[in-house]
Amino acid sequence: MNFDIVIIGGGAAGLAAALQCKDKKVSALLIERDQSLGGILNQCIHNGFGLEVFDEELTGPEYAARYSHSFLNSSLDYMLDTTVVDIIKNEHFIIKAMNTKNGLFDIHAKAVILSSGCYERTRGAIHIPGERPMGIMPAGSAQRYLNIDGYMVGKRIFILGSGDIGLIMARRMTLEGAKVLGVAEIMPYSNGLTRNIVQCLNDFDIPLYLSHTITNIEGHHKLKAITIQKVDSLYQPIEGTEKRFVVDTLLLSVGLIPDVQMFDSLKFHMSPTTKSALVNQHYETSIEGLFVCGNALHVHDLVDYVTIESARAGLCAVQYIKDKNKPSKNEQFVNINENIRYVVPQKIDFNRLDDQIEFLFRSTLKAERALIKVMQGNQVIKEKKVKYVAPAEMEKISVSKNEFINHEPITMILEVLQI
Amino acid sequence: MKKMICIVCPVGCHLEIDEHHNVSGNRCARGKTYAIEEYVNPLRLLTTTVKTSHPKLPRLSVKTNAPIPKKLLFSVLDELNHIVIQHDVKVGDVILSNVKNTSVDVIATKNIHFELK
Repeated sequence: MNFDIVIIGGGAAGLAAALQCKDKKVSALLIERDQSLGGILNQCIHNGFGLEVFDEELTGPEYAARYSHSFLNSSLDYMLDTTVVDIIKNEHFIIKAMNTKNGLFDIHAKAVILSSGCYERTRGAIHIPGERPMGIMPAGSAQRYLNIDGYMVGKRIFILGSGDIGLIMARRMTLEGAKVLGVAEIMPYSNGLTRNIVQCLNDFDIPLYLSHTITNIEGHHKLKAITIQKVDSLYQPIEGTEKRFVVDTLLLSVGLIPDVQMFDSLKFHMSPTTKSALVNQHYETSIEGLFVCGNALHVHDLVDYVTIESARAGLCAVQYIKDKNKPSKNEQFVNINENIRYVVPQKIDFNRLDDQIEFLFRSTLKAERALIKVMQGNQVIKEKKVKYVAPAEMEKISVSKNEFINHEPITMILEVLQI
Repeated sequence: MKKMICIVCPVGCHLEIDEHHNVSGNRCARGKTYAIEEYVNPLRLLTTTVKTSHPKLPRLSVKTNAPIPKKLLFSVLDELNHIVIQHDVKVGDVILSNVKNTSVDVIATKNIHFELK
């Protein structure tokens, strides 16, 4: 099998990227490991999706259905129930894929888009002490069991981590008849949206224990109880603050990691912060012809941003296939100051500037008013005032082609403004 | 006296409202409206799933097509627990109409297709 572009993952990112490959001169294939398209959106049955893209509030499955519908009407090639196990780059890409019908087989491609989403951090990643009984799982897994498969994972629940998935699951389990005894968050503030704190916890009188973490787990076979403790400013448990909860289930909402490292044979340059590839403004990695987008590139707040970014990545891959005479690259890293945790894209290829580059970034701090500055040398080439900056909220700034004064590296600076 | 956090915008004002609908802690007029609505008759959009007899898709996701009184959430869920979907459904199809006399319908948020035997 030979294609110009192979897209790996048929969720929000993959579908948006694939829809840009509807081009008579380009052949494309989308590979999805689940039995249907839409990815994680299918299990996110709550609403709040689509305000940016459709200007209305949709549930996850509705958002997914709109894109699957366009995709299935596009006559683009796709494979369901098929897992990619490796990707090798020689002159072109060889994708090793597997399904129950064909076994292990090779697909050849000139360009690859990784839109494989992210995976959840597990108990092992955060070293919770105690016994190792059943009943401990990531919140997103429990969400799938409940909303797709129809299984309740427990009746007395505790949740560690106050990210939005944890909060959404606190409400969901409560509505389905479980008792959620509390949510513990090691930070002194929640990482979730205020709206979710109010409508998922406060609505059902579920306590939120800030600056708390789990310090013991009991249960030989099945989970029996957990103990939480308050932590000091260095996140060390404080003696005498123990609270014990008798529960049968512990859900973890402790972070997401881009799912790109399984492709061991592909050694692209990685960012230690986003835990995914370093990309230029075309979402191209250090391996020519390999693109990454969506949550496989960095974890987004809104699916709408995933769609917008991935559509752009899809377009760049198409352009890559069509350009017969590509100029050599002149890539410069984007520097950031200490108030910015990361920026995407991390590099600019000055030999192939588009009309506009959109930078997405996260701050390291909370501020009511701030100023974003893009500098080249000592000169400010773009600036923008922003309100209510927070690490949990992605910020963006665009720079157009004619705003660059030369081909020197740019620096992004986030300045907190006094009120 | 009731305390609440405003969710109209990202500021998140801590509001207080008393029985005469006097609101304090709000930085803008929208906060006052929010506090009164939340105090008098809080409304919520309900999203959940209902059972199906489909061999591969055991649940169908649904939502109320408008917010319903918060106090009705659990009784609506009870009613939905008796439903088993046995036929094709498209996004937007009514699964339960005029739920609890609210003139709000519960509608499907997913397509489900039963293969012909």
